[in-house]
Amino acid sequence: MAGLLTILIDGLTYASWLFIVALGLTLVFGVLKILNIAHGSFYALGAYAAATFVAWGASMKWAPWLSLVLMLMAAVAVAAVIAPLTERGLLRFFYGRDEVLLVLVTNALFLIMEDVTKLVWGANPYYVSEPYALFGNVDVGVQSYVGYDFLLVALAVVVGLAVWWGLNRTRQGKIVLAVIHSAEVASSMGVNVSRVYMLAFTVGIFLAALGGAFTAPMISVQPGVSVGVIILSFAVVIIGGLGSIEGAAVGALIVGLARATAVHVAPVAELFSIYVVMAIVLMFRPEGLFQRIQARKI
Amino acid sequence: MSATLSTPAVGSPSARVAGTGHGRIVALGLGFCAVLCLAGLFAPKWLTFLLTMAAANGLVSLGIVGLMRGGVVPFGQGMMLALGGYTAALAFNKLGFTDALGLALAGGVVSMLAAAPFAPLLSRYRGIFFAMLTLALSMVTYGLLMKIEVLGGSDGFNLGRPTLFGQALPDARVGYILYVLTIVLATVMALLARIYFDSTRGLVTVAVRENELRVEYLGGSVRQAMTINFILAAFCGGLGGALVVMSLGHVEPNFSFWTTSGEFVFVAILGGWQSVAAVFVASTVLEVVRSFSSAYFPNTWQLALGLFLLFVIRFLPRGIGSLWMRGNNR
Repeated sequence: MAGLLTILIDGLTYASWLFIVALGLTLVFGVLKILNIAHGSFYALGAYAAATFVAWGASMKWAPWLSLVLMLMAAVAVAAVIAPLTERGLLRFFYGRDEVLLVLVTNALFLIMEDVTKLVWGANPYYVSEPYALFGNVDVGVQSYVGYDFLLVALAVVVGLAVWWGLNRTRQGKIVLAVIHSAEVASSMGVNVSRVYMLAFTVGIFLAALGGAFTAPMISVQPGVSVGVIILSFAVVIIGGLGSIEGAAVGALIVGLARATAVHVAPVAELFSIYVVMAIVLMFRPEGLFQRIQARKI
Repeated sequence: MSATLSTPAVGSPSARVAGTGHGRIVALGLGFCAVLCLAGLFAPKWLTFLLTMAAANGLVSLGIVGLMRGGVVPFGQGMMLALGGYTAALAFNKLGFTDALGLALAGGVVSMLAAAPFAPLLSRYRGIFFAMLTLALSMVTYGLLMKIEVLGGSDGFNLGRPTLFGQALPDARVGYILYVLTIVLATVMALLARIYFDSTRGLVTVAVRENELRVEYLGGSVRQAMTINFILAAFCGGLGGALVVMSLGHVEPNFSFWTTSGEFVFVAILGGWQSVAAVFVASTVLEVVRSFSSAYFPNTWQLALGLFLLFVIRFLPRGIGSLWMRGNNR
C-alpha cells in the first residue's frame, strides 16, 4: 500500500512539470501546426537562465524565497526575448510547408540551440539548490517527500487552469481558438493571424522555459537535458492528442505514472515504459485519447 | 494497377518512366562504381573510410527516400540501422559467421523481417503520426538495447575483422576491401532503387503522395504500396547498418536513438526524393561536414549542421537532386 502511494506521488510530481512543458508544445502545435523538436531546447534554456538568475540573486545576498521569483523571471526573459525572435526571424518563413518538413526545421533549430547553450554556459553542470531547501521535507505516512515537489504540482494546476481560462474565457483566447480552427477564415474576419502566431509561440515557449526553470533545482543543468525532455513531451502530447489541454494533462499523468511504476516495480523497464505506452496509444488511437474529430477540408 | 499504364510507346519521351531504357543509367552507375573502387587504391585511408561511411549511411537514407516518395517520413530509421548492425555483430560473435557479404545481407534480411509485422499497421499512418509511431518503435528498441546485458547494455560491444569469400582480410587491405564491398553494394542497391522507383509500383507511390483517393479509384492499392516501401526501407537500413558496424568494428544502442534517425532524415531531405544519386551525394556532404567540423571546430559542428539544414530547406526545398532532375517538378 505504501508502495502504491509512493508510486502515485512520484508519478504526480513527475507528471506536473511534464504537463507544464507539454502544454506549451501542444499549444504551439495547435496554433502554428508545428511539432517543435526545439521545445526541449527552450526547456533547457529556461533551466540555464534560472541557474544564472538564482546564482546572481544569491551573490547579491537576496532572501532565499526571492529565488522563486527569479526562476519565474528567467522563464519570462527566455519567452520575451528568444521566442519572438525565433518566430519572426525563422519560423514564419516556413509556414504552410509540409508538417514533417517543419519538424526538420525545428530539428535544425534544436541542433543550433544545443551548441549555442554550450557556447554560452559551457559544458559543466549547474546546480540550483536554494529553492529546494526552502520547502523542507513533508512526511506522508512512513515516507518522507521533498516539499518542493508539491510546489510543482500546485504550479502545474495553476498553469493548467490559467491556460484553460485564458483560452476559453477571454477575448484574446477566443481569437486564438478561432485561428486554431481555421487561420484562413479568422484572417478573413479581420484577425491579425501573424500576431496570434507570435503570441501563441511566445506563450508556448514560456511554458517550456517555466518547466525548465522550476525543474532546475531537481536536476543538474547540463548539456543533454533537452534531448530527453523532447521525447517525453512528445509522448505526452501524442498520448493525449495533439493540440488538447485535457489531453496534455491526462498524457502527463499516464507518462508520469508509467515511469514511476516502472521505476518502483521493474527498474529495467524505466527507459522504454513510456515509449511502449506511446506506441500502443498510437496503434489503437492514432489521434490520441482526446483528439476531436476533424472536419475534412477539401 | 493495370499493365497498360506501364507500357508507353518505345521511344516516347516517357520511355524511361516505363521501366525500360535503364541501360544508360546502369552503365553509368557501374562505371562510376568502378572508378570509385580504382580511386580507392590511391586514396588516403581517412578518405576511403569517410566514403565507406557515406555510402553505408546513404543506404539507410535511401530507405527513407523510398518512403518519402509516398509522402511519409519515418523518424525512426535508426532502428533499422541498429537491427542490421546488431544482427551482423551478433552473427559474427555468437555464431562465428564472419563473411562480410553474408553479414551485410543478413543485416538487411533480419531488419526486414523485424519490420514486416509493423508494416501493414504503419501503412495506414500519414504525416506526423507516421513519424511519431516510427519514432516510438525506435525508442522502444533503444530502451531494450540499453537494458539487455547480453548485448552489452549502453556500451554496446565490438566485433572482430570479417572475412570475404573465405579469405582472411590482411591488415593493410581490410579498410579498402570493406570500402569496395560497401561501394558495390550501394551501387547495386541504388540501381535497383532507380528501377523500382520507375516501375509501376514505384510510380503508384508518387501518385499516393499526390492524391491517395485517386490512386484507389484507379484500382491501385495505397496500403500495399506503403507496406512494401516500409519493408524495403527496412532492408536498406539493415544492410547499411551491417556495413557501418563492420567498418566501425563496434555497435551500440545509440544507433536507434532519435537523434541518429534525425540525421538520416536530414540526408534524405538534403538529397530530395527525386534522385537516387543525390542521396549518396547528400550523405557524403554530411560526412564531410561532420568530419571537418568535428576536427576544426568540435564545439560548434551541430550549429554548422543546423544552419546548413535551414539553408537547404529554405533555398533547395526539393533537395540537391532538384539541381539536375528536371521534369516532374511541382
